[in-house]
Amino acid sequence: MIKINGEIIDKDTLKLTDYLAENNYKSTRIAIECNEEIVPKSMYESFILHSGDVVEIVSLVGGG
Amino acid sequence: MNRYERQEIIKEIGVEGQKKLKNSKVLVIGAGGLGSPIEMYLAAAGVGTIGIVDGDAVDESNLNRQIIHDTDNVGINKAESAKQRLKKICPDVNVICYPYYITNENAENIISSYDVIIDAVDNFETRFLVNDICVLQKKVFIHGGVIRFNGQVLTYVPGMGPCYRCIFDDVPEEGEVPTSKEVGILGASAGIIGSIQAMEAIKYITGAGELLTGKMLIIDGLTMNTRVAKFPKINPNCPVCNRKNK
Repeated sequence: MIKINGEIIDKDTLKLTDYLAENNYKSTRIAIECNEEIVPKSMYESFILHSGDVVEIVSLVGGG
Repeated sequence: MNRYERQEIIKEIGVEGQKKLKNSKVLVIGAGGLGSPIEMYLAAAGVGTIGIVDGDAVDESNLNRQIIHDTDNVGINKAESAKQRLKKICPDVNVICYPYYITNENAENIISSYDVIIDAVDNFETRFLVNDICVLQKKVFIHGGVIRFNGQVLTYVPGMGPCYRCIFDDVPEEGEVPTSKEVGILGASAGIIGSIQAMEAIKYITGAGELLTGKMLIIDGLTMNTRVAKFPKINPNCPVCNRKNK
């Protein structure tokens, strides 16, 4: 299983871009951390999540 | 009677903490939706010196959320308008107005006079600029962002976790991230996020509790789901944190 934003996903592997597309994330508006390391944007396309990975996705929020 | 008696009896603050607040200097960049609760709560809590930077004037469309301002002050510079309110809350607070925008030219000089810098800005260029200067000058930087019902807070303390640029890398392209003018913002959302930023500043100054360092608090007001995303490490590719370490 893979943990994304605290939610458990019952899969052994998952293509990062598939998850982003399914959940309406735009890669230009977010930052992603996998197992406590920031994932560079240039790696999103080829990034595969594996069982045991812990992922956090945070959005740029403007406002003020 | 003591204005601060309800704070001084909090064991994590006490009389000592109250003195620390009085001796502290906090700079709030922006006197809008976030700046309003931040500045009012810090003044009410007894922070001795509050700097306010804002080059904008109060507009009627601000008043759904920028509760430091009122109808009578439409057209007045926001830093000046905010100062008027803070002086009513507490005449002893030293309020320093910077009635213009923060820029590459003036930022280092303004920031260098303060202990804690609070992000209440409405654009990413300024936010990244202020973040970078805070990292280089080893200042505490309390980031807050808010839109619609949502918001986030991250506290940077030198040597304790990543800065804003470690996480978000660089200014997004224009039009990429929606603005409050485009998609809206609820005053209560700004109230929640700004209040949390004020609390982070008070906790840092008094040494109370745990800060949002190495972690980002994310609030979705529509579902009331909250999440703390842990970011324990600085980004080895962050140009600012790495420049500082060299």
